[in-house]
Amino acid sequence: MHLVYPAVLASLLFCVGLYGVLARRNAILVLMSVELMLNAVNLNLVAFDTWLHDRLHSGQALTLFTITIAAAEIGIGLAIVLLVHRNRGTADIDRLTGLADPGQPLALPGPPEPGAASGHDEKAEATA
Amino acid sequence: MTLTALAALVPALPFLGAAAGLLLGRRAPGFVRPLAVLPTATSFVLAAIVAARQGTGRPTDAVHRLTVTGSVPIDLSLHLDGFSVLIAVLVGLVATCVQIYSVSYLRDDPRYPSYAAVVSLFTAAMFLVVYSGDLMVLLVGWEVMGICSYFLVGHYWETEAARSASIKAFLVTKLGDVPFLIGVFALGADAGTFRISGILKATAEGRLHHPTVIALLLLAGVAGKSAQFPLHTWLPDAMAGPTPVSALIHAATMVAAGIYLVARLLPVFTASAAALAVLAAMSAVTMVGSGLAALAQDDIKRVLAYSTIGQLGYMAGALAVGNRDAAVFHLLSHGAFKGLLFLGAGVVIHAAGTNSLTAMSRTGALRKRVPDAMWTMGLALAALAALPPLSGFFSKESVLRAAEHASAGDTAHVPSAVGWTVLVAGLVTAVLTGAYATRLFLLAFLGNGPDAPDHGRQPVTMTAVLWVLAIPTLAFGGLTYRKLPDWFGGGGPLGPTLVTSVLGTGLALVGVLVTYGAWKAVAATRRAVPIGAVVAEPPTEGSALADHLDADSEPALIEAEAEDRHKEVYGDVATAHDPGDPGRLLLGPLHSAAAHGFRLDAAYTALFVRPVLAAASLVRFLDRDVVETWVRGAAGAPNLLGAAVRKAQTGNVQTYLSALLAGAVVLAVLVAVGG
Amino acid sequence: MIHSATHHPGFLSPTGVEITFLLVGLATLGAAVVTVTTRQLVHAALWLVVALGGIAVEYLLLTAEFIAWVQVLIYVGSVVVLLLFGLMLTKAPIGHSPDADSENRWVALAVALAAAGTLVWVVADAFRSTWIDVHHGTGQSATKVTGSSLFRFWVLPFEALSVLLLAALVGAIVLSRRRADVLPPAPDGSTAPHGKDR
Repeated sequence: MHLVYPAVLASLLFCVGLYGVLARRNAILVLMSVELMLNAVNLNLVAFDTWLHDRLHSGQALTLFTITIAAAEIGIGLAIVLLVHRNRGTADIDRLTGLADPGQPLALPGPPEPGAASGHDEKAEATA
Repeated sequence: MTLTALAALVPALPFLGAAAGLLLGRRAPGFVRPLAVLPTATSFVLAAIVAARQGTGRPTDAVHRLTVTGSVPIDLSLHLDGFSVLIAVLVGLVATCVQIYSVSYLRDDPRYPSYAAVVSLFTAAMFLVVYSGDLMVLLVGWEVMGICSYFLVGHYWETEAARSASIKAFLVTKLGDVPFLIGVFALGADAGTFRISGILKATAEGRLHHPTVIALLLLAGVAGKSAQFPLHTWLPDAMAGPTPVSALIHAATMVAAGIYLVARLLPVFTASAAALAVLAAMSAVTMVGSGLAALAQDDIKRVLAYSTIGQLGYMAGALAVGNRDAAVFHLLSHGAFKGLLFLGAGVVIHAAGTNSLTAMSRTGALRKRVPDAMWTMGLALAALAALPPLSGFFSKESVLRAAEHASAGDTAHVPSAVGWTVLVAGLVTAVLTGAYATRLFLLAFLGNGPDAPDHGRQPVTMTAVLWVLAIPTLAFGGLTYRKLPDWFGGGGPLGPTLVTSVLGTGLALVGVLVTYGAWKAVAATRRAVPIGAVVAEPPTEGSALADHLDADSEPALIEAEAEDRHKEVYGDVATAHDPGDPGRLLLGPLHSAAAHGFRLDAAYTALFVRPVLAAASLVRFLDRDVVETWVRGAAGAPNLLGAAVRKAQTGNVQTYLSALLAGAVVLAVLVAVGG
Repeated sequence: MIHSATHHPGFLSPTGVEITFLLVGLATLGAAVVTVTTRQLVHAALWLVVALGGIAVEYLLLTAEFIAWVQVLIYVGSVVVLLLFGLMLTKAPIGHSPDADSENRWVALAVALAAAGTLVWVVADAFRSTWIDVHHGTGQSATKVTGSSLFRFWVLPFEALSVLLLAALVGAIVLSRRRADVLPPAPDGSTAPHGKDR
């Protein structure tokens, strides 16, 4: 089989994941896109492992490791997203701009976060 | 101990006392008073021992070179001769009296520890000036005195008058000190040494290249320190300090330093006839002008300040006619009676609750309340007016005798015109001195009217020192004028001659009698016009220091209070609108000008202060509006750029990541293409 | 490589495996594109299942059957389930949500296209004439080889990885745990048991 096929497919998958990471608003969708990128890498690893006939199967072993790490990453990432959602009332990445620079010297702190005011309600709802 | 070691101890003891006082002042208040009085008193005793052992012997010189200081060496050297040991005794006496007096006078002052320490430091500096044989070391003492004077005059820094007076004293004396420093450098450069003996040797050998320039530069410093025209204006204002400070600085020590320096360096001055002429003119203007001004002052301490300027003018006149023996003689006797006058004035101000002669002249019973002050001040005023047989008579007659001698052209190096100037000015001043001394006495002690509020008995320490100082006032001149020439290294004889004593005493008596007549003439007016009292009432309202005043309050506070209120009531620190003042009758149209020191301060304001202020505001404009604009621009442009860049910091992680990855792609393409 | 020199299969003569690979790859790519563009969040997760499953098929075609089953088990079986739980717990809107993409999407598209262009160009340029000998290891179970190499040569990283997983597990529990003083233990602690499954 031509090596270009899996390699190009992996590249394209990676770029699709890249687009998802940069363009999606919901943090969970961003996590999905990250999974896509990781899988693209895995595909590459497997393809090159097969091509090189590695005696130690380093490619496949590494793929296993990646999968494991990706699973761990998803666990931690979801926990973080849940925490953020619980505290800020939103999981939208472009609303989490707490690190934004106010843009003016000695200005007041930035505009109040929409979620901050309703944080208590969100918490109560999440509990319910 | 050797003579040298004793002499070295004299300045060292008050210095150590000052250091200890400053260190322990807050922690151990009990030690402050012993630390103030004992070192100074010990120094006085040691100075007396040094004087006795030195006696009329050859001058003693001791040199210790600490380190190599380049081309012109600077030595720690002692020079003991008749002048220095006697002046040291005077300094010790007055300083001891002042310290004892201050214990009572400032007994409740929270700043007494630092005050006493600075007085001690001042005393040490004066001893250093007197004993030093090296101009550079002398200069150290000279400058330490300047800064101590600044601190002491500004002791009541809560009041505006004291603040501005201290700054004025410092700046005006510094104005003289800068040329003085240049003169000392020129002298050292010409003579190749800063040792006074070496300089005098060089002068005798004619190695000074510019004696006139050097002498004039030094004269500027002397005029500043010794309050001679035209740099005398700080001294009357310096009366804003506590009275003992006035007694110490403005009578016996700091102002004497200038005269003493000229006396030590007299050959440098006699080498230049021009310098002598300038000195004579300076002293003549100072004498006459200060006499007139003293006659118009209302504040008792300002009268004494102007009289000090006048007496220093006598000394400067004596130096101008090349007779340092007479100058130092007058310095010694004047130091004693002027110290007495100031300390007595402090007692009077305490008793009367005012420093205004106008108010005192409406106050009865002052003579009964402070008899010690009345008798001793009467003696001292008589000495000031040079009435025989008080010590002032002998010393002033010595000055007049020297001037008369010079006017006859009998003194080497001294033009007879100089002698005539000094002689005529001295005689005119004798009249004026008699007049203002009489006026002071009459107004202060022979007033009529209601009693002043009682501020309690005078502490015995304050009155005792008056009698101590009365002894030299009474007897010093008459007993010593025959022996002093031996001490001073065998100059001409001192003491009165028939012509000058008849002239001088007669003129002084004329001044006394005329003033007495004028006082009698305006007595009715004085009774008719009750002037608004500026007396510090025990419970005064509406004054900064009112809270501290009670029936037995501290003398210094009453003085500060009185000075504070003088300006409030009369609109002027120097004068009062009193038609019953004999000085006003005598001076006539001159009175207003004389009361303000002939408007010299106003002239200085117009000539120097305003241009400097204008230049300062110009510089301020340049700095604020021109330089600052550039500075602001330099800050503003990066600020704007930064604000633009800060806009990119949206806090949106996706934006950041997009930029990061776009950069990575660009790099990858560059590597792929370029590699 | 050497293979390309010895027997050259020819670029325009695709074998059956290659055709299958291409078709599955196209489906995978399409599913992935739909995953990152759809406006229905739950659908995105389901399309992700398709994409990941397609990749598992590709693994099979590349003779890595063990990886393929692991992929199905872990990704399709639990990661996607986990993601769905996450969507539900964050109350993601079910159905059409017009604001699923942020305003950054045009920039994102440009960056992604540029990256894709660059990568494809570089990869195609580099491996233009490289072939994989897919049938090289035939006759021997790839799973057996993988397993033996995993527990013989890679055993140390493998154990380190288990420690990593433990740490991730503890971290997930700590993060998602409610403060005891605010609220009692919450039902959405369910993320933690799922994390443990990993």
